[in-house]
Amino acid sequence: MEDKKTEEGWEPKIMAFVCNWCTYAGADLAGTSRMHYSPNVRIVKLPCTGRIDPLFVIKAFENGADGVLVSGCHPGDCHYTSGNYHARRRWIVFKSLMDFVGIHPGRLHFSWVSASEAIKWVDLIDRITEEIKKLGPFMEYRGLKK
Amino acid sequence: MPRIGVFVCQCGNNIESTVDTRKVAEEMKDLPGVVFTCSYKFMCSSPGQEMLKEMIKKHDLDGVVVSACSPHMHEATFRKACEKAGLNPYRCEITNIREQCSWVHPDKTKKTGTLKSMDLTRMTIERLKRNRPLKTISMSVTRRALVIGGGIAGIQAALDMAEGGIEVILVEKEPSIGGNMARLSETFPTMDCSQCILTPKMVEAELNENIKLYTYSEVEKVDGYIGNFTVTIRKKARYVKEELCTGCGECWEKCPYKAESEFEMELKERKVIYTPFPQSVPNIPVIDAPDCVMIQKGKCGVCAKVCGPKAIDFEQKDEFIEEKIGAIVVATGYELMPNERFGEYGYGKIKDVISGLQFERLASSSGPTGGRIVRPSDGKEPETVVFIQCVGSRDEKKGVAYCSKVCCMYTAKHTMLYKHKVHHGQAYVFYMDIRSGGKRYEEFVRRAIEHDGAMYLRGRVSRVYEKDGKVIVQGADTLSGTQVEIEADMVVLATAMVPRGSAVELAQRLGIGYDKYGFYNEYHPKLRPVETVNAGIYLAGTCIGPMDIPDSVSMGSAAASKVLSLFAKEKLAREPIVAHVDTPVCNACWDCLTACPYKAIEKEGIRDREGNIVRWHAKVNEGVCQGCGVCVAACRSKCIDLAGYRDEEVFAAINAF
Repeated sequence: MEDKKTEEGWEPKIMAFVCNWCTYAGADLAGTSRMHYSPNVRIVKLPCTGRIDPLFVIKAFENGADGVLVSGCHPGDCHYTSGNYHARRRWIVFKSLMDFVGIHPGRLHFSWVSASEAIKWVDLIDRITEEIKKLGPFMEYRGLKK
Repeated sequence: MPRIGVFVCQCGNNIESTVDTRKVAEEMKDLPGVVFTCSYKFMCSSPGQEMLKEMIKKHDLDGVVVSACSPHMHEATFRKACEKAGLNPYRCEITNIREQCSWVHPDKTKKTGTLKSMDLTRMTIERLKRNRPLKTISMSVTRRALVIGGGIAGIQAALDMAEGGIEVILVEKEPSIGGNMARLSETFPTMDCSQCILTPKMVEAELNENIKLYTYSEVEKVDGYIGNFTVTIRKKARYVKEELCTGCGECWEKCPYKAESEFEMELKERKVIYTPFPQSVPNIPVIDAPDCVMIQKGKCGVCAKVCGPKAIDFEQKDEFIEEKIGAIVVATGYELMPNERFGEYGYGKIKDVISGLQFERLASSSGPTGGRIVRPSDGKEPETVVFIQCVGSRDEKKGVAYCSKVCCMYTAKHTMLYKHKVHHGQAYVFYMDIRSGGKRYEEFVRRAIEHDGAMYLRGRVSRVYEKDGKVIVQGADTLSGTQVEIEADMVVLATAMVPRGSAVELAQRLGIGYDKYGFYNEYHPKLRPVETVNAGIYLAGTCIGPMDIPDSVSMGSAAASKVLSLFAKEKLAREPIVAHVDTPVCNACWDCLTACPYKAIEKEGIRDREGNIVRWHAKVNEGVCQGCGVCVAACRSKCIDLAGYRDEEVFAAINAF
């Protein structure tokens, strides 16, 4: 991975872990509705946010992500009844840990985006891209891979 | 070394306009394990699929990446094509470069889109390298169905399935099937009498050899999964032996005690041993235990004395029956929102303010007044009746945000019924909008206004109060911009339809979704309207949301056809996206067991030669597992993995980021 800090017009890379049923479909809807948003995000589709292992997030940073987003169904709307509650609980514990291990809380985002909330998805991506852009490239974890 | 083929779709100009698909294909060529790449105009077209199949054979591919539209669109198409070419369908992975790339990043220089498409495609390739061929899981099916709710939707579903040769168990919590439709007088827009069209269907359901009726019963417990459910039904004590009772009616003739009739909506009393209405199916009475003097105090017993076949049994207890079934149709229907919530309309305080369903009973020829429309307070014919629409509906503050859909129509019907029975009477309707979408519906409302002289006033009612035996209605007529005051004899409220009070509890028992009001969620509101997220459980009628009789009947039939097509197969095939336990690694902490929303994790013991259990580990029931992966993330020893989304595959995608 080249040192992005020196690059002109640096753009952050954001990894999004989303559930198949709500947020992935919501992101699809943004496409079918021909909305536009920042191209910085790369989606990894999982069946449910409850499948997301906190290690995924760490690995994403290790592999060059400047920000990570986790997004699933709204509380009560989970396709698998309660998977998103597991994700939320895991998130609460994990978030404070992230701060402790030196990852700025602004690099990590959690959201609920339903299959019909294309607008929310677009706003969310634009907003977190801006926020992460301000924080600059995240270099501290890159070396870990080697 | 894997042999992977990468097919980048141009989707005409949909992808090509912002993504240089040739460049994406070219770049992927150099990745280890990739032996073939190309860019093609329409991958989903027949020639596109043919080309895919041909290349699989020509290059002896063992994995395929199609970078095209969303997997929700064409994953099935490409997987099927791969299967035809002899490749395991799960060795085909889709990259979404249309909905999540070309359409949302309108960079005409193609730089942004191409870069992102390359990233996404590379991630998919790496993921594909780690994924394993999967086989669809095949399961046996119990060809019996359960219908919960014996209203018109449930009856229709049961009849259709029985017609298709399936054994059906119909569970109804009231003593008779028929539901709310049995209460209605006439039905819009044809004005045929509700009981005349419903009762033949009720009798048909009773007589059909394939239908087993459980009335005065409730579903207590549901276990299992699609094709293999076990349900426990609580058959409440009727205190009447069904097999002996002939339905002669001697008992309820002679019973000396009375209670409010639930069926007649408090407009009439019934006996303590009763059938809800004369055409009840089955025509077997129940004893209302809390009101029965014999059961409570041990005195009376008149019904037992007069019963010829000796069918009365005061000692009867609730019975629990277990049934094995393969599919469930939920048709629990609706009830009305409690009118007492709207104090300004005086319901409950003023006797002559009634609900729409009560008006139905008054107008019904089998109702408490024999079809005469009279005031509940003094039994006099009302000269002026005010109908208030949207009571609770479209009222987010005090009621519900949604429109109850049928009130505009039934209010128009009420004004007509009223005019036909009280010729000199005048009906007034306070409305917000008239919503009469549907075949012959608008004409029906016009008829009520133009032919039967109903006076429609656009506006809300602010207050209803009693004065000198009259019910005074104060409201606004927004079209003329004036305040109006009507001296009415009776007021009818078109109250919002809400789900049954027990709807949420049942949903939790069944593991199906519900909205904030308690209406059940469809799998997809447009394309899969009668399915739920829990495979094998279907919906029909007003438990989904307000709808009229034709819609309820169609949904009942639709749910039945879903069950019939499910049962048409010898074996059930399902997606192999299920969790697996690496048993030697499992340390039996049971975190997975508590995390699993489907109770799909079981404890399995390892036995020594003497047959003693020496160690425990978790086991996934493939039939029950829905593949959410919650257990995988919960597992401490990392011994559970989810086929199709294994840790290794996800990490491979992350590493390629």
